[in-house]
Amino acid sequence: MIKSKRAEFLERSSYRQRRIRDGARLLPIVALVLMILPLMWPRNSPEQNQTSDGIIYIFGLWIFLVFVSLFLSRVLRFSDPSRDEEARIPRGGE
Amino acid sequence: MISFNLLIFVSLAYVAFLFLVAFAAERRSAQGKTGWLRSSTIYTLSLSIYCTAWTFYGAVGYAARSGLEYLTIYLGPTLVMIGWWWLVRKLVRIGRTQRLTSIADLISSRYGKSTVLGVLVTVLAIVGTTPYIALQLQSVTQSIGVFAASSGETWLPRDLNSAAMWVAVGLAVFTVVFGTRNLDAHERHHGIVLAIAVEAVVKLFALMAVGIFVVWGIAGGVGPTLDLIDASAQSQWNPVSGRWIGLIFVSAGAFLCLPRMFQVLVVENSDERVLGTASWAFPAYLLLMSLFVMPIAVVGLDLMPEGSNPDLFVVTLPLSEGRQGLAILSFLGGFSSATSMVIVATLALATMVSNHIIVPSWLNARTPGAVVSGDVRRVVVISRRISIGVILAFGYIYFRLSGGGTALAVIGLVSFMGVVQVLPAMIGGVFWRGANRWGAGAGLIVGFTVWAWTNFLPSFGIDGAISQAVFEHGPFGIGWLRPQALFGITGMDPFVHALFWSMFLNTTAFMVVSILTFPNPLERLQGAQFVNVFDYSSGARTWSQSAAQAEDLLVMAQRILGGSVAQATFRAEAKSQGKAGFLPDVTPDFIGRLERELSGSVGAATAHAMIGQLTEGTMVSVEDLIAVADETAQIMEYSNELEAKSAEQERTARALLEANEKLTALSIQKDAFLSQISHELRTPMTSIRSFSDILRDSEVEDEARKRFAGIIHEESNRLTRLLDDLLDLGVLESGQVQLNMGQGSLADVLDRAVIASGADTGKLSILRKPGAEAILVQTDLDRLAQVFINLISNAAKYCASETPQLRITVREIDGETVVDFCDNGAGIPKESQSMIFEKFSRLEDEGKAGGAGLGLAICRQIMGALGGDVIYLPGQGGAAFRVTLPKTQALAAQ
Amino acid sequence: MGQRVLLIEDEPNIIEAISYILSKDGWTVHTHSDGETAMEKVMQGVPDLIILDVMLPGRSGYDILRDLKAQDATADVPVMMLTARGQAKDREMAIGLGATQFMTKPFSNADVLESVRALATP
Repeated sequence: MIKSKRAEFLERSSYRQRRIRDGARLLPIVALVLMILPLMWPRNSPEQNQTSDGIIYIFGLWIFLVFVSLFLSRVLRFSDPSRDEEARIPRGGE
Repeated sequence: MISFNLLIFVSLAYVAFLFLVAFAAERRSAQGKTGWLRSSTIYTLSLSIYCTAWTFYGAVGYAARSGLEYLTIYLGPTLVMIGWWWLVRKLVRIGRTQRLTSIADLISSRYGKSTVLGVLVTVLAIVGTTPYIALQLQSVTQSIGVFAASSGETWLPRDLNSAAMWVAVGLAVFTVVFGTRNLDAHERHHGIVLAIAVEAVVKLFALMAVGIFVVWGIAGGVGPTLDLIDASAQSQWNPVSGRWIGLIFVSAGAFLCLPRMFQVLVVENSDERVLGTASWAFPAYLLLMSLFVMPIAVVGLDLMPEGSNPDLFVVTLPLSEGRQGLAILSFLGGFSSATSMVIVATLALATMVSNHIIVPSWLNARTPGAVVSGDVRRVVVISRRISIGVILAFGYIYFRLSGGGTALAVIGLVSFMGVVQVLPAMIGGVFWRGANRWGAGAGLIVGFTVWAWTNFLPSFGIDGAISQAVFEHGPFGIGWLRPQALFGITGMDPFVHALFWSMFLNTTAFMVVSILTFPNPLERLQGAQFVNVFDYSSGARTWSQSAAQAEDLLVMAQRILGGSVAQATFRAEAKSQGKAGFLPDVTPDFIGRLERELSGSVGAATAHAMIGQLTEGTMVSVEDLIAVADETAQIMEYSNELEAKSAEQERTARALLEANEKLTALSIQKDAFLSQISHELRTPMTSIRSFSDILRDSEVEDEARKRFAGIIHEESNRLTRLLDDLLDLGVLESGQVQLNMGQGSLADVLDRAVIASGADTGKLSILRKPGAEAILVQTDLDRLAQVFINLISNAAKYCASETPQLRITVREIDGETVVDFCDNGAGIPKESQSMIFEKFSRLEDEGKAGGAGLGLAICRQIMGALGGDVIYLPGQGGAAFRVTLPKTQALAAQ
Repeated sequence: MGQRVLLIEDEPNIIEAISYILSKDGWTVHTHSDGETAMEKVMQGVPDLIILDVMLPGRSGYDILRDLKAQDATADVPVMMLTARGQAKDREMAIGLGATQFMTKPFSNADVLESVRALATP
């Protein structure tokens, strides 16, 4: 007779949407960490810190980010996100 | 050698082409064909004004001097765009719902439409941008100079100066023509946006063409290029941690805060769905712009004679290789980068100057009470045109004064750090409701001052703006104020030093002052609307899509202004539009005028609410209710003094009349909710008015007079309670309620509720089981108590039994703690059970109990906000309610 | 003795206010505050004027008005409707059902007195 007002289980597609949004929020954080990562590279000898390695790493990372972002923008549904975050099931109990 | 005249001809032809493009775009948008102009491609390309001549020419110079560090300038914006779901999406939504026109407008609106903050940001933006505009002029003239030299012509500095001046004049004309053509409420400029999109393509194409030529034409492929890099002066990559992170931060912040970026990113955005595309396409654009920078720098260093300016390699390298076509293309690329930046930056600044400085001063300068008519629009246009001219003149003067020397080269980063001072106020304003205008003002002023002292003034060099003595010993010999060693901390990189102290002190001042001071109501309202923008707005709302019919407006205006005045107003408006009769077209202009007209009669808040309802079909907002509540509160104060002061009685009556008129106007809405509010407000008002009439108009014996004043007092309180409930409900429903979480025993909460409801002294006997109530709960205890108070008072009021009893039972069902309130009255009929939680659902025959029927609606909203629930429990003999406590928040007894 | 006015209204404070001003003006005021039993009260002694609230517990003022107009004994008694809703359609409804006068809350005492005097004078 008594049901919780908040939905415990969402439809599968809504659940997927929420996780994709989590992914979209996470991406810049991961990207920042990866951009700062070269600061921690070992630099003991001239062979270890060549500019060409830096170029390959940074541009490789950049291309990776572009493609992840491309993927996310394709699967993210735009229609009012805040609404289905509060999706509710009909109240019972009467 | 290349003909110099050919270069001039190509440039002029290119400019003419841009004019045509902009003109065509304006025409299309005037015809309403904006679909294509609003596409995600155009939007992404317009963002590329981030890449100015500082990128086109300067990045290569930067790379030649400092290696890969130049990449940070493009990694920052990449982070912002791939993280669009966090911030950019929110800014764009806020920009649209609040109709923001600039970043100064964002800050000003967020902090209660503060004029001072608007001016502050505007000034900061001008100081930060003027040198940057000078830098663009310099790069164009320098590159022209390169061609002149290569074609054997001798250019005197005088010629360069006049070239810079003609460029500035040309840009001013372009910006005036396409930037102030029409005053759109949204400040969108299709012509300019399309022109800069074209320029974005040209500059990318040009830079890549030079890059491809360098890598495959000169170096001989990717592998050899990389070898060449590893053999160059920049073969070693030793990033400095502070600079690397600091530069990424500054460029990310500048991407959001630069006036021109805010213009294209937020103001010109008409559809937030394009952000999805821009989130990957713009980083890709930046990637391509940066890709060939290092090869061009290294090959330039290798091939060009010692001492050549690496800032001009992009042009000089193809020239020295005899590729004149490529050189011209490259010149056009640099020209595009410079001009598009100047156009948008000037436009954005001019908008800020006219909206935040000129127009407010103009309105203030007019004598109060003078009629403000349609000429505001003319003032805005003229002030904007003048501002465009003045800002470009500033840029030109700065260019002349700085002598076009190397001082300009560092100005890019200085400018970035300057505008980033707005970032704390912006981010805080969008995510933190506690941020207020005092905090924002303090942060801006502190940040601006520290930036000027540690970064901007030192950028003019030693003995430039600050003397060497001050650099070494501080101002007046105060050592801890040395511009590059604040608080005696020496040895930091000057850039990192300035960035750290300005941002740290800025943010600290912003937060501490915000915490210590109080915002005004408008600020709090704006704060809620910014922070919770996704709860407030669901779709685009514009005046232009107004659903209002002239006839509806006329009907309403007649009620307020009176028939003849309203008809005259409408007829005059129709006539000025060239139409006969009483029904003009409903233009935004006309709506604005009508609102002003009405606000003369009913007050601004009410007029705005009424017009808003008719034109946009929106519900009455919390703001409107607050306005009405304020007015009622004033009436109450009068009423309380009635007993003593008869002179005030007349004012009361007048104020009541006004409030009543406003309520009458509000009730024009057929909305049932409003009709109910109206009814609930009018009933106590009727008593107040009637008794104050009696007190005013006739001699009343002392005892009766006291009694009547008592009734007025009591009814005023009823009004207040009702408005409190309404506001409470409004806040709860809009989801902006702030929960004050705490921990306490359920028994204590129930004790408090029983006492507060007054039920312990009344007829109602309350049965409880103290043992079961020894439960610790983690929730907003005051709100929970409010729910209990409501339920207990309901039982006290409505339980119709001879010996009314309320049984409060606490128990656990399926792991959830529930609290049942069952009385022994008649209960609630089955057909009403589904309605009792609706607003104003007081059951008919219980109307005398004095409530407005909002209690249970509030209970349900509160429990929803707390994560629990309250329902009606049928079949318990009397009326029974079950409160389910939020599951995670109920703790086991300790 | 003055003429008799029956006031059917459920808000005690409004009852007191109207009773006070009418009594002072020389009218005999009877009051009733329930919709369901209002007709019985009217039938106990037909008054010279009825002041009738629209939103009454038990029964709507419009329904009572309809009954009043349907019965011979009361069809000619002038009825003044009071409402706190004040919308045009309420007025139309009241007049359409045969109310003689329509007043929106809050009202001015002077208006009430004036209307009562005008209505109850044959």
